[in-house]
Amino acid sequence: MKKTTKNNLITFAGTVILCVTFGILNQAGILNSMTSGLLEPIGIYVIMAISLNLVVGVLGELSLGHAGFMCIGAFSSATVSQILVNMGTVPTWLAFTVAIIVGAIFAAILGILIGIPVMRLRGDYLAIVTLGFGEILKSLFNNIYITSDKNGLHFGFTKPPENIDAETKVELLRGAKGTSAPELTNFWVVAAVLIVCLFILLMFIDSKSGRACQAVRDNYIAAQSVGINVTKFRLMAFTLSAAIAGVAGALYAHSISNMLPKKFDYNLSILILVYVVLGGLGSLRGSIIATIILYAIPEVLRIVNQNIIQYRMLIYAIILIFLMLWKNAPFFIHMREKIAASGFVQNIKNKFRKKDKTSGGAEA
Amino acid sequence: MKEQLNNSPEIIEGSPNMLEINELSIQFGGLRAVDGLNMTIKKHQLYGLIGPNGAGKTTVFNMLTGVYKPTSGYIILDGENITGKSPVEINKIGIARTFQNIRLFKGMSVLDNVKVGMQNSSKYTTIEGILRLPRYFKEEKQMTEKAIELLKVFELDGEKDALSQNLPYGKQRKLEIARALATNPKLLLLDEPAAGMNPNETAELMETIRFVRDEFDMTILLIEHDMKLVSGICEELTVLNFGQELAHGETSAVLNDPKVITAYLGE
Repeated sequence: MKKTTKNNLITFAGTVILCVTFGILNQAGILNSMTSGLLEPIGIYVIMAISLNLVVGVLGELSLGHAGFMCIGAFSSATVSQILVNMGTVPTWLAFTVAIIVGAIFAAILGILIGIPVMRLRGDYLAIVTLGFGEILKSLFNNIYITSDKNGLHFGFTKPPENIDAETKVELLRGAKGTSAPELTNFWVVAAVLIVCLFILLMFIDSKSGRACQAVRDNYIAAQSVGINVTKFRLMAFTLSAAIAGVAGALYAHSISNMLPKKFDYNLSILILVYVVLGGLGSLRGSIIATIILYAIPEVLRIVNQNIIQYRMLIYAIILIFLMLWKNAPFFIHMREKIAASGFVQNIKNKFRKKDKTSGGAEA
Repeated sequence: MKEQLNNSPEIIEGSPNMLEINELSIQFGGLRAVDGLNMTIKKHQLYGLIGPNGAGKTTVFNMLTGVYKPTSGYIILDGENITGKSPVEINKIGIARTFQNIRLFKGMSVLDNVKVGMQNSSKYTTIEGILRLPRYFKEEKQMTEKAIELLKVFELDGEKDALSQNLPYGKQRKLEIARALATNPKLLLLDEPAAGMNPNETAELMETIRFVRDEFDMTILLIEHDMKLVSGICEELTVLNFGQELAHGETSAVLNDPKVITAYLGE
């Protein structure tokens, strides 16, 4: 089997097994309330991290506005699901499915709209523009009001719409006060969506389009010289990533009782970027593992000591700095070489290999 | 420039020439980097473009591949006017190149580097790729087989799964040629293929270039400073100096031309 296929299979199977195991444990009520409360957000952040990895790791462009796509996915889907549920005739599962798809479509459209001008830029410039775009979206949803009554939808900008029939009034979006979509998300839904998204991304990266994106990342001029339409593939990866972030936003919107626009700020984008960078650029498996660990650490610390939670960012910073040094500082490189030269790692590897061989022989 | 384009012939059928360059010029501000260059390369020819440093050789390559748009003049490839087209279009029409400073896809495997070159010859869509429909498997298999065949020509098939950045220098040069050939070009441009090679490697490279020309029925235009390589394999030469043609014709005649010797060595 091809090496990449094998790697993809391990990542995919591992994720499915993790999802199913935790799903069953959760269903059976074995997990304590803290752990089961962590499952949904971790799943959602994993979706965010793998989608951002497509842009940062595979396409090689630094995007600092990923929370913006999550934001539009969240608010558009919340609006749609509330409208559908309030109609009363649509079953909730259908309303939720439609809402997720709407979230993905809105985010994808925005991805294209932002992508067309942004994709003319590279490097730092692109990072600055996406950063600004994320903040703009957050401010936009801070000021959008949508209310429905028997006469239909009413829109307001910076202030709630007026002349509303008080009896049938339902506030869908309340500006800075956020929105309250029905809580339809459970861990099975998150797990299913996560598995689908992971599948799409893995397959995309291991196809000719994914190769084209990597070629653009590695050498833009050479990619053009072998006939790769650079703009097309950059836009494609950017849009796919945005759509998946929109899906994550839709799940998020339906997982909490009241969602505020200020949640989708610069910090969220950076948080996800940290997951991606720590997990390894271009490695979806790394992103998944890093997200699970880094999201769980502060929560676990909370049990140890309530006060430690405020040092979360400090701990992140220390881990990040350590990893940078581990990879680049001469001292650590020397140390790693020493460990490698001592044959310690090789011994372990050999042991595993022997095991593989004996077990393989037994099967045959 | 528009007028020039309008005056240029549209399509010449059955011409024996692979490439015709007519009065090609480019100006950067006040500097005429290439000035009124004429060049004709016949099909199946090995043609050399030489000249002292800064003569404008790589600029000619960049105009041929669409990186720069010429200020005036036109370029005809196998009867088709390609002046002012984008690099992607020009590659699809049939020019592939290598670079003076190697530009491989460093983070990708040797095999994938070649497969990227075959991008446009496969027809399956992105959706088919994601959903893994039969056409994906069929075409990926074909591409892999073709790529491995190509790698065998350059004796790189043993390292097909290695990252391209981990290859030794000489092999990186070879991989770049393999990648260019994967796009199925009519004309191959080699920008200083022997740069940084020792005499043994250069001799081997000369064999490879000849082999590529015969095996793939390729027309090759190359820039080179290594005179042993140039005199060994090029059939005709054009010498550039300060953006203008100094001499052209058969290799031995050009290399013995006193004007050329003066340009290289001084009075």
